[in-house]
Amino acid sequence: MLIFECPYCGVKAEETELHAGGEAHLTRHGAGASDDDLKSYLFMRKNPKGVHFERWQHANGCGKWFHAARCTMTLEVFGTYSAQTFEPPAELVKKIKKKRPDWEGWT
Amino acid sequence: MSNAVSALEGASYQGFAQVREMGLQGMITLRGDFDNAIFKKTLKLISGCNVPALRELNHSKSGTVVWMSPDELLVLCAYDKAQVVTEKAVKQFAKTHSMAVNVSDARAVFTITGNGAREVIAKLAPVDMAAFKKNEIRRTRLAQVPAAFWVSDDDQITIVVFRSVAQYVFDLLKTAAAKGGEVGFIY
Ligand SMILES: [Zn+2]
Repeated sequence: MLIFECPYCGVKAEETELHAGGEAHLTRHGAGASDDDLKSYLFMRKNPKGVHFERWQHANGCGKWFHAARCTMTLEVFGTYSAQTFEPPAELVKKIKKKRPDWEGWT
Repeated sequence: MSNAVSALEGASYQGFAQVREMGLQGMITLRGDFDNAIFKKTLKLISGCNVPALRELNHSKSGTVVWMSPDELLVLCAYDKAQVVTEKAVKQFAKTHSMAVNVSDARAVFTITGNGAREVIAKLAPVDMAAFKKNEIRRTRLAQVPAAFWVSDDDQITIVVFRSVAQYVFDLLKTAAAKGGEVGFIY
């Protein structure tokens, strides 16, 4: 069971209160984009075994979208953070690197 | 003027706790920036309250305000005043990026009363009801539908749900409160 602390309402929400929104920090290529860019935006995902940055919505709760970093293999949660950002907070990245020295980084 | 009725017209059930649909309740949703001066002034004007702290309620003689999200509040008032009060807020909000909507007829309100009130909720929602504080509001789910609730008295919990699921929620609460179903763990 995944438990995320919603950064907007402070509730420690378990999975059944949440809605998964897939990989975070994608660049949204739209009209006028090259075929390759559009293809990568629509279909290409990292799908790692390990550290993953994701979007989640506190659907049965305050309704807000937020970001979360977790391990897809162990389900360890590294942290949650605001949706109003293009990249994970430096502090969180540092924390994950310390825990997983072999991790290749978030980009 | 049409004859307004609530979803279940005051239906009630007596199990180890009492479940009651509370009839007509004025409810106004406000959305906006809590730090905005006009927003704060309007809230005070229509409810007599300041913006509540995170996941809390504020009360005054003229109303109650419930924290719903970082940009959403629910104002509780008398049913027959809700429309006038909403229009007042809308007028105040004319030049701000804020919103007021009368949702009284789109919601249903229940109470659970009795020693086992927390236990009834604990069976249906992923919330630690033993640690749930008075004056705390929680938006979550009851079985399969969204709900909001708070402790409104020492042995009473008030629940707000969408009107369309009122019967479903009443049936859920009845089952969870049925005599013989006491767990006796949370008081
Ligand atoms: Zn939340």
